[in-house]
Amino acid sequence: MSRQHIVVAECRDGELRRVTLEAIAAARACMADGDRLAAVLPLDGGADAGAAEALAQRGVDEVIVVDHPVLGRYAPETHVAALLAAATALAPETRWWLGHTAIGRDLAPRLAARLGAGQVSDAIGAARGGDGRIVFTRALHAGKALEQRAFLMDAPAVVTVRPNNFAPAEAIAGAAAPIRSVPFDPPISRVVVRDVVQRVSGTVDLAEARVIIAGGRGVKSAAGFGPLAELAALLGGAVGASRGACDAGYCDYALQIGQTGKTVTPDLYIACGISGAVQHLAGMSRSRVIVAINKDPDAPIFGIADYGIVGDLFEVVPALIAELSGEF
Amino acid sequence: MNIAVLLKSVIATDEPVVVRNGKIENSEAKWVINPYDEYGLEEALRLKETRGGTVTVLSAGNDKTIEALRTALAMGADEAIWIRTEDSSGDEHVVSLLLAEAVRRGGFELVFAGHLSVDNGAGQVAIRVAELLGWPHAGAVVACEVGEDGTVRVTRDAEGDSESWEVPLPALLTAQQGLNEPRYPALAGIMKAKRKPLREMTADELGIDTASGEASARTTRLGLASPPERAAGRKLQGAVREQAAELIALLRNEAKALKER
Ligand SMILES: Cc1cc2nc3c(=O)[nH]c(=O)nc-3n(C[C@H](O)[C@H](O)[C@H](O)COP(=O)(O)OP(=O)(O)OC[C@H]3O[C@@H](n4cnc5c(N)ncnc54)[C@H](O)[C@@H]3O)c2cc1C
Ligand SMILES: Nc1ncnc2c1ncn2[C@@H]1O[C@H](COP(=O)(O)O)[C@@H](O)[C@H]1O
Repeated sequence: MSRQHIVVAECRDGELRRVTLEAIAAARACMADGDRLAAVLPLDGGADAGAAEALAQRGVDEVIVVDHPVLGRYAPETHVAALLAAATALAPETRWWLGHTAIGRDLAPRLAARLGAGQVSDAIGAARGGDGRIVFTRALHAGKALEQRAFLMDAPAVVTVRPNNFAPAEAIAGAAAPIRSVPFDPPISRVVVRDVVQRVSGTVDLAEARVIIAGGRGVKSAAGFGPLAELAALLGGAVGASRGACDAGYCDYALQIGQTGKTVTPDLYIACGISGAVQHLAGMSRSRVIVAINKDPDAPIFGIADYGIVGDLFEVVPALIAELSGEF
Repeated sequence: MNIAVLLKSVIATDEPVVVRNGKIENSEAKWVINPYDEYGLEEALRLKETRGGTVTVLSAGNDKTIEALRTALAMGADEAIWIRTEDSSGDEHVVSLLLAEAVRRGGFELVFAGHLSVDNGAGQVAIRVAELLGWPHAGAVVACEVGEDGTVRVTRDAEGDSESWEVPLPALLTAQQGLNEPRYPALAGIMKAKRKPLREMTADELGIDTASGEASARTTRLGLASPPERAAGRKLQGAVREQAAELIALLRNEAKALKER
């Protein structure tokens, strides 16, 4: 039996988010012969029209655009309705793929409950087994256990994928899947979104960054984050923080990494003045390479770091900057 | 106002987790109220203190659940409902159907739950319950105020951005860290809790057949394992400048983790 897969695309600042391309790649890796893949793009008539063309090049069979001003701000009921409007012409036996982002994680369970569907949340792996069944990997207990999960029924089914855990689908030369617009008459939303305050407008999205320089309480002040930002800029990365640094007011909560904050899986994570509490590790322990800079040789962060420097971050970070900029 | 809190009993995050033969073996581990649910409970108790009404805590799980419910009663909840199941982290479709039915029968106006459970970490169950009830929800709430007009004004955290939403009652809110500082149960509260009602229920009593059909599990666990251990790291030696040079060289050549601008 052939299945319909749908990737729910997400834009930020007019650009497709990388996790959308990762979800496409994850879906494609799990598809059987004869399965079809559509991408649904909710738009608000704004500037992100180029996103549909970008999606059309990524190996999907079609792009379905739902365009309406109300979709400019996320509200659960409106967005669920938009997805269902996009799917009306498709087989009901759909597998939905979303990024495990602020929107995806909020939207997916409502969609799943509406459809009576199973959901696998925050998948860090997905592969088609010999019997054709898709086996997902997820982290439990703050990363201290990994489970393999599968759907019991064929479909409908909903999956959210953790950013930075699947290689993104590349543009395919000459590919141009048809782009179709569907009419959308939004329901009256009971939730009224009054205001959205963007707290950090960094150039690199933390959840999707390849390099992260994170600071903790050891950074000691807002000004103390300066050298970390400089190092991040040199490496084309983003600045992150522990809860300790956020609580102390050294930086915005938007930078928080860990169970409460963002889950990140960069290529390189440099933890500066972070002790390595389990709630922090929950958000970063799957980074490919971890470096710890801490003046306490017994700090738990060294237990998961590939490279450790026992020392004062206010000496070590400037030395790294100097080394990288060829000043030594 | 009658408020319900969906509360899950979990192994405390700082406990080690031992996986053996695909099962977690932690007979010694400390079980606690899922911290995010505790923020929800605290908010419910504060609302009760200013506005009157009752707070009922609801939990589905095995007998590890009882202690969490007793703690909630000791903190000030009026009543506890324990839906007896084999596993508190069963398939989210099933768990949410049970909880939604219990909420429906209780006639609540407001439900608090957690942003996620620290053991399963799915962030599904609460939002599913809102959809099953046909209620609006606001997730990852860090501030909330219930107006006399029956509208809840919340601030929610969206990947670090702050959003202000208005949600009409009845509604479900999931609590994110930052909402409040939960209280500790006082000794008097612990004594009082012993006389407060803790009602036990089964799926059968809720009229839900979880064995087959509409209310049966949609997903299943195929395996559970410890994550591959990270190879023991290396602490660098020498003067700061030497360590910096060595680290950059290692990141470039050994780890291949540097792509400089
Ligand atoms: C429900 C819940 C959720 C949580 N969620 C999160 C979360 O999402 N993210 C998170 O991070 N935490 C979270 N926490 C908090 C977590 O438990 C820790 O309290 C927090 O991570 C500590 O932050 P820290 O490492 O910056 O501070 P500390 O633990 O105080 O560590 C500071 C470190 O800096 C080092 N140091 C000091 N000065 C220097 C210097 N000059 N040079 C080098 N090193 C120096 C010290 O040796 C120390 O190791 C959560 C807690 C709870 C209960
Ligand atoms: N077994 C359960 N009993 C009561 N509430 C639960 C249960 N499982 C999940 N919840 C609620 O749903 C939230 C999200 O859980 P989860 O989907 O497991 O991340 C939790 O914070 C709880 O408020």
